[in-house]
Amino acid sequence: MDEALTVHRLHFAFTITFHYLFPQLTMGLALLIVILKTIALRTGNAHFNEAARFWGRIFAINFALGVVTGIPMEFQFGTNWAAFSKAAGGVIGQTLAMEGVFSFFLESSFLGLFLFGEKRLGPRGHWLAAFLVFLGSWLSGYFIVATNAWMQHPVGFTTGPNGELFLASFWALLLNPWAIWQYLHTMIGAVITGCFVMASVGAFYLLSGRHEEYGRTFVKTGVVVGLLATVLQLFPTGDRQGKMVATHQPATLAAMEGLFESQDGAPLALIGQPDVKEKRLDNPILIPRALSFLTHRRWMAMVRGLDQFPRENWPDQIPLLYYSYHVMVGLGTIFIAIMAVAAWLQWRGKLFASRAMLWVLMLALPFPYIANTAGWMTAELGRQPWLIYGLMRTAKGVSPQVSAGNALFTLIGFMGLYLVLGILFLFLVYRQIDRGPAPVTAEQGA
Amino acid sequence: METVWYCLVSLMIAAYVLLDGFDLGAGIIHLWVARNDAERRQVIGTIGPVWDGNEVWLLAAGGTLYFAFPALYASGFSGFYLPLMIVLWLLILRGISIEFRGQVPGPIWAPAWDFLFCVSSALLAVFFGAALGNVVRGVPLDANGYFFEPLWTNFRLGPNSGILDWYTILTGLTAFFALGMHGALWVAMKTTEAVNERALWLARRFWWGVGALTVLITLLTFRVQPQVLNNLREHPWGLIFPALAIAGFLGTRRFLTRHDDGRAFLSSCAYLAGMLTSVVFGLYPYVLPASTNPEYSLTIYNAKAGEYGLRIGLFWWLIGMALVAGYFTYVYRHFAGKVKPGAGYEEH
Repeated sequence: MDEALTVHRLHFAFTITFHYLFPQLTMGLALLIVILKTIALRTGNAHFNEAARFWGRIFAINFALGVVTGIPMEFQFGTNWAAFSKAAGGVIGQTLAMEGVFSFFLESSFLGLFLFGEKRLGPRGHWLAAFLVFLGSWLSGYFIVATNAWMQHPVGFTTGPNGELFLASFWALLLNPWAIWQYLHTMIGAVITGCFVMASVGAFYLLSGRHEEYGRTFVKTGVVVGLLATVLQLFPTGDRQGKMVATHQPATLAAMEGLFESQDGAPLALIGQPDVKEKRLDNPILIPRALSFLTHRRWMAMVRGLDQFPRENWPDQIPLLYYSYHVMVGLGTIFIAIMAVAAWLQWRGKLFASRAMLWVLMLALPFPYIANTAGWMTAELGRQPWLIYGLMRTAKGVSPQVSAGNALFTLIGFMGLYLVLGILFLFLVYRQIDRGPAPVTAEQGA
Repeated sequence: METVWYCLVSLMIAAYVLLDGFDLGAGIIHLWVARNDAERRQVIGTIGPVWDGNEVWLLAAGGTLYFAFPALYASGFSGFYLPLMIVLWLLILRGISIEFRGQVPGPIWAPAWDFLFCVSSALLAVFFGAALGNVVRGVPLDANGYFFEPLWTNFRLGPNSGILDWYTILTGLTAFFALGMHGALWVAMKTTEAVNERALWLARRFWWGVGALTVLITLLTFRVQPQVLNNLREHPWGLIFPALAIAGFLGTRRFLTRHDDGRAFLSSCAYLAGMLTSVVFGLYPYVLPASTNPEYSLTIYNAKAGEYGLRIGLFWWLIGMALVAGYFTYVYRHFAGKVKPGAGYEEH
């Protein structure tokens, strides 16, 4: 493979993967903070206000890192992917610009008010500030997913004489059916991260015997919302997203499932190792006919395998794609089990006494991050070898004048800088967790 | 339609320079005007709740440039690859130095971030000024509309130019002084006591630097980029833009001597707006002139997106900007008034 192309791909992959560690918590936590603020407003219970304030402090650190690592994403469309930007900027520039105009201004304006204006805004005003931060972050998610969805499933454009793409229908771009399911799937993924983080911190407090009243609130909120979110993540959003891939990117589906040969009544591989050279799945554990059923709702339906597609249209990293997809689905299933057991214990009134369950919740913290990352890797590797599916090859999109060496230099620069940012983040968030929520009595003086 | 978007993108860039300009400027003067922790918290407190919103103008202007003139975005961003990556790193360091300085008490943590905040702000001002200088001077575009500039070559103008040459270094310095003055006036307007006095003192000193460099850079620009004089000769009404800059510049001095901090800051806004609009007017219809072959230059005509996209964009852009005007009015009103020493931007 072309050296510059590889470096540019890794450049984007690395910076976006690191970046998305933060917005997934921002978006998930924004919803949970609105829930806490709503309970506080309804019941007048200061405990929930203090809980929201505690998460607001963590939100602020997380948000700052999301902002500073997000700016390079917009820049990289131009710096590293100039040929793509020149061709497609007239279309996806719309959604990217709308994100700035409609979401970032909203978020940044009201975050300051949410963090520093509680006294002057009063309870209702403060609730509204929290809600607008939530709205801004969730709108931002939509515009970004709509941008990605257009690259996955381009709609509403015409092609000009020099290969440039013109927007032909604004509403087709914004209401791309791919965008709607991908958005719901992505946002619920973010809520799952938020729920696991909240439950994990709560479990940490309960297990270490500190801030126990808050610990119970955090665990309970995380588990109740988390059960709902983990189920919705599988059905309908994950299921419908899968159908989108099956309909519009059949070669991708075949690669994700490790299905090299087309068959009637195709089995679902729970596990196995794709062997691209021999064109088969080694050592699989299969559920007979399940893939046909999941894809077409008929047990004997024909599912097209990779053999139906010319080799040059196969995704170029089939094993990585296959493993990412299976990690995502496997973790998603485990999340449902964890949340279901925790919710059942909660319902029976035994959750806070069950140290084993609390340990599981506490240690589950990294896994939703892994699942979200694996999900995005599935989407992005699955789109290969296309940058815009069916329209533009990834190899044709890179900046013609930026050499592999320059891109490698800046990639390594980002790696070093982001390592420092990651350490700072963990250090600062740990301090906040260690300090914990202030006891309710001292809250008025804060 | 492309002229409309040329003006709108310029307007957004101007909004970025006026707004983020004062918090960059506050960073430039931070260590000079604030001598102890209470005073430094005071300076950070003047920009803390608003700097992020100000920086969004950069993203929003970038996004708007992207969809209105995709060929320019592609060519400019890939051609200025190295300086833009440095700008990104500086923006990252500067952002976290504002947000993280108040997180840990003690004598080491905050001063380290203060230093980083000051250095990154100063370098960003220089880089932004040099970037504008590069656009005015022109870049070595090839027949496909691409280029790649090294950080420097022999510091001379010509087809073999680097990002930094004697002209762009001067534009960078001009930006440093202009934003330093702008930031000093903002800090003066928003503070009391010692910081207020030192900021005013510094603004008066910077004013002389701004004046000298503005005259020098204007004369040099007429030589470096002949299009500017051509446009002024053909459309003399365009003289209102440099006139605005001059009025703003003189007004800054006048209100400084009268101790009217608010109007002095507004005058500085007028100066910056006048300078930027002069460049915008002077370059039209070029958006990225070629130093190689004039025919390779990018203009608003060969860099624009499709007509339909530009028309529909106008629709949501106007709605969006009306909302943004609302948010900004509300937020700036909410955080109106002076910040006292020690009353910084801290976790509550």
